[in-house]
Amino acid sequence: MPTIYVDDQALEVAQGENILEACLNAGLDLPYFCWHPAMGSIGSCRQCAVVQYQNEEDTKGRIVMGCMTPVTEGARFSLNTDNASKFREAVVESLMLNHPHDCPVCGEGGECHLQDMTVMVGHRDRRYTGKKNTHRNQYLGPLIHHEMNRCITCYRCERYYRDYAGGNDLAAQASHDHVYFGRHEEGVLQSEFSGNLVEVCPTGVFTDKPFLKHYSRKWDLQSAPSICSGCAVGCNIAPAERYGKLKRVHNRYNHEVNGYFLCDRGRFGSGYINSDSRLDYAGIKKPDGSFMAVHQQQAIDTAVEWVKNKKVAGIGSPRGSIEANYLLRELVGAANFVPGFSDREAGILKAIVRILKTTTAINPSIKQMETADAILILGEDVTNTAPRVALGLRQAVRNKAFELAAQMGLPQWQDAAVRNLAQDQRSPMIIVSATDTRLDDVASQCISLSPDDIAAFGYGVAEALSGRKSQDEMVNQVAAVLAGANNPLVISGASMLHEGIVNSAVAVAEQLHSCDKPSMLSLCVAESNSLGLALLVDDPNSDANMSIANLTKQASDFDVVIVLENSLERRGLSEQIDSLYKANTKVISMDILENTTLANSDLVLPAASYAESQGTVVNSEGRAQRYFPVYQPSTERLPSWQWLLKLAVGCEHGGLANLEYFDQVVAACANSQAAFGRLVDVAPMRDYRNQGLKVPRQTHRYSGRTAMHAGVSVHEPQQPQDSQSPLTFSMEGLNRESPAALMPYVWSPGWNSNQSLQKFQAEVDGPLKGGTAGVHLISSDASGAVEPAVPITPTLKPHHWRLVPVHQVHGSDEMSVNTDEIAQLAGRAFIAVGAKLAEKLGVTEGDGLIVAPHNTELSLQVKILSRVAKNCVGFSAGYLETLDLQPGDLVTLSKDEAWVQPTSTVIATDRGPAHV
Amino acid sequence: MDGGSGIMLSELRTMWEVLKHTFTKAETVQYPEEMPYLSPRYRGRIVLTRDPDGEERCVACNLCAAVCPVDCIALQKETRADGTWYPEFFRINFSRCIMCGMCEEACPTYAIQLTPDFEMCEYDRQNMVYEKENLLINGVGKYPDYNFYRVSGMQTATKDKGEAKNEAAPIDPKSLLP
Repeated sequence: MPTIYVDDQALEVAQGENILEACLNAGLDLPYFCWHPAMGSIGSCRQCAVVQYQNEEDTKGRIVMGCMTPVTEGARFSLNTDNASKFREAVVESLMLNHPHDCPVCGEGGECHLQDMTVMVGHRDRRYTGKKNTHRNQYLGPLIHHEMNRCITCYRCERYYRDYAGGNDLAAQASHDHVYFGRHEEGVLQSEFSGNLVEVCPTGVFTDKPFLKHYSRKWDLQSAPSICSGCAVGCNIAPAERYGKLKRVHNRYNHEVNGYFLCDRGRFGSGYINSDSRLDYAGIKKPDGSFMAVHQQQAIDTAVEWVKNKKVAGIGSPRGSIEANYLLRELVGAANFVPGFSDREAGILKAIVRILKTTTAINPSIKQMETADAILILGEDVTNTAPRVALGLRQAVRNKAFELAAQMGLPQWQDAAVRNLAQDQRSPMIIVSATDTRLDDVASQCISLSPDDIAAFGYGVAEALSGRKSQDEMVNQVAAVLAGANNPLVISGASMLHEGIVNSAVAVAEQLHSCDKPSMLSLCVAESNSLGLALLVDDPNSDANMSIANLTKQASDFDVVIVLENSLERRGLSEQIDSLYKANTKVISMDILENTTLANSDLVLPAASYAESQGTVVNSEGRAQRYFPVYQPSTERLPSWQWLLKLAVGCEHGGLANLEYFDQVVAACANSQAAFGRLVDVAPMRDYRNQGLKVPRQTHRYSGRTAMHAGVSVHEPQQPQDSQSPLTFSMEGLNRESPAALMPYVWSPGWNSNQSLQKFQAEVDGPLKGGTAGVHLISSDASGAVEPAVPITPTLKPHHWRLVPVHQVHGSDEMSVNTDEIAQLAGRAFIAVGAKLAEKLGVTEGDGLIVAPHNTELSLQVKILSRVAKNCVGFSAGYLETLDLQPGDLVTLSKDEAWVQPTSTVIATDRGPAHV
Repeated sequence: MDGGSGIMLSELRTMWEVLKHTFTKAETVQYPEEMPYLSPRYRGRIVLTRDPDGEERCVACNLCAAVCPVDCIALQKETRADGTWYPEFFRINFSRCIMCGMCEEACPTYAIQLTPDFEMCEYDRQNMVYEKENLLINGVGKYPDYNFYRVSGMQTATKDKGEAKNEAAPIDPKSLLP
């Protein structure tokens, strides 16, 4: 460990760091703009200037850039000498020459890194009297607002968008003081990770457009630590509320999971929480089919009357918390509990749980995946099914560049130099999929195969790794690539609903392991708690194995069916589900938004969303993480676990009736199954105190407390009390030094922007001082999970095509698509064909195709993909119109002559025709 | 000096001073029949002003609310069709207000101003809660000339990019000229 001297203070620093990192690690405030812990240094903004001295006698020194200067033993620097601080002030002064005097109407104001740095260097008065440069803004889609005048040309946006996230439609244009960051023409930003521009931009060029519509300043937001419910990656988020509305979602740092970045589904897909189709009151169905609104207690009383001492079945939810699912399972009995997956998905999840419990391969976090030096993806379009993982994979393919850099003695943070050195050389990534994927641009090889063939290909690679060469030369090539790697990673998942693919991925990963490689195997699942629910029903004490199909057939055997946060039409064919509704069985369901299941229920209970309730979810890595309520549910909504607990209490249920607090439910769940034993360690319990105080959800400068409710009554109400969690709906308390699972927001004196995160990290780009949130629930006994290949001879009929699901980051997810902006981006359901097939059928993009599976007909819009496996067509997975299409089914296709091409839903400008 | 005579002199002097004031003009006035003079800078009832063009000055930046020591200001930002900001609601709870004037100091657009009106008595405390329609006046208040959007770089319905004070015409990034 070298020692450097900063202003005569000796600092022990890590080998290979730069001066900026060393200073930030030492807690010194050195201003910076272009450097980013995840993206390294390029030395473009000149803000982190320090003076370096030759030796102890040197009093003059020379100015160097902190981010570009590696630490060396005994090197001497000064931050505070006149030279350095004047230089930094001058840099800010010059950056401010063209800054447009619009902080009061800027969505970054109050959490602006440029404001912070300007104050930090002490620049105050404008001396330059010349004219300011101005720029025209662009329409960048419904998610990102562009205000180019505010730009300080640090290049962070371009480096993030192109270099880090792999986008190609945002770049620097022009030169000198004309530099412009935008698209070549107005239009929607194409990257699934465009939302991070909001947090990456140190000023207000890119701001959160939906948030801007109902904007509040950062200091006025009430936040809580939460977990994204958009997919099964389990990114840590900090949703924020004001005036009873969810205002925005910001990234919450988790060193091992999402780091600094989220996908757009996670960041912008929570607008449905403020939707008008939220349920406010419980309702009992009247004979005429309409609902009568009733109060909480009346709803509970009715439910108790129906449920008590009756034969009750329960349908759980992969988007509900472990606790809610556990309560329902206990309430109805394990034998009468259906996890709420579709039957095919249930089979695959059962297999995935078995695999994760026995595999010899490592089940990696995203951070670990970023170390992979060869990647094989089997049948998964990761960018659309587990987006944040795909962003990690884009970093993993850079390991080749880092390897080359290491040979040259270049540190990894020398970003421009490392990229220049590597050019287009990347670590190998092989994608075997039925349709094109959003990672094709960085893949070394893309292979299009039908789902059955993907499974066969995977098994072939495993065989070739064990020494038995395949007849398929491609298989041997892929095996050779994987065999040559040190940290190979195999990714697959449930999205194709094909168990063979998952099993073949296991075969490859375990074969690599037996070749003495620390091979990694990551299996994507669909929803935020799919794996948690699969674990819950994977109960060694119970052999209950009821499926949706069974339940709908035997529906009349039950007096009541309780449905937890589940729209059943997504879980089975509509005729199956209809038979449940038609049976003489009462249906009680609780959910967040109106849906067909609620409409067909006899009693509906309004459930709180993830932002208004607490619970634990298990991500695809097996990491259990807890989310906490950001604000209290309004009207008569209750978190599902509270509805179920009230019902259990009313029914005098033996095991549950004496529970009152969330923590008691967690403890009961932890005691019920060995797999959930560590559930109590996921986050601190409700009696946790930091310096004697609960953790505040509000900032210390939360405003308007004595006026916000005064419109209703001048007599101020008591602050809402939170007896269920260690957080408080108040500004009282410390937002520092709390465990990572209880970090609602980041702020530090002088650092109002999200850059204050570095004050919460144990070291630059390291884990948080409070540790890393989440607990692994699944540990493998490494006994091996390989299943022998099941030989499949696919039935092929002439003029028939096999359906394969095509997932969309915006559109395939059930909840986020109820957000206006996401619905706009999702567009309509589609049928995806290759260019050749389209030509044969005489259609082009936007035309209509009649898709005919066995007995129905469906007219869908055509989307043309760059590659589709032979004899396959893709369909939009998860879209309401295509819910009844089953992956693997054979369909006929014909042109829909009567198709009217819909007008595009994405508008050309957000400010009307006057805006240029 | 002799202590006893000192006391005596002081009291006589006090009596003389008091007597003298009997013949000077009274500073107090017969309020409420007679109104006292209050300077324009007096910190009384808060108003929201309009810019010289008659538009609301407040841009809903929230700085007044942030600086308010008793947290008696609450507002919500809303956007006009041309992208400019305004408060959807703006509420001051005068039963909490301490007339400190920090909001006026913080206001970057001269929208919020304190006036020399201190007569705020109500039988019902609820009437001390002023909404935007109660606060907004049809005038510029103490600052006749300032219009934030004329200075700010934001494009508005009446002002294109490059037309704000001290701004050059917008740059064409596709131009090859230096």
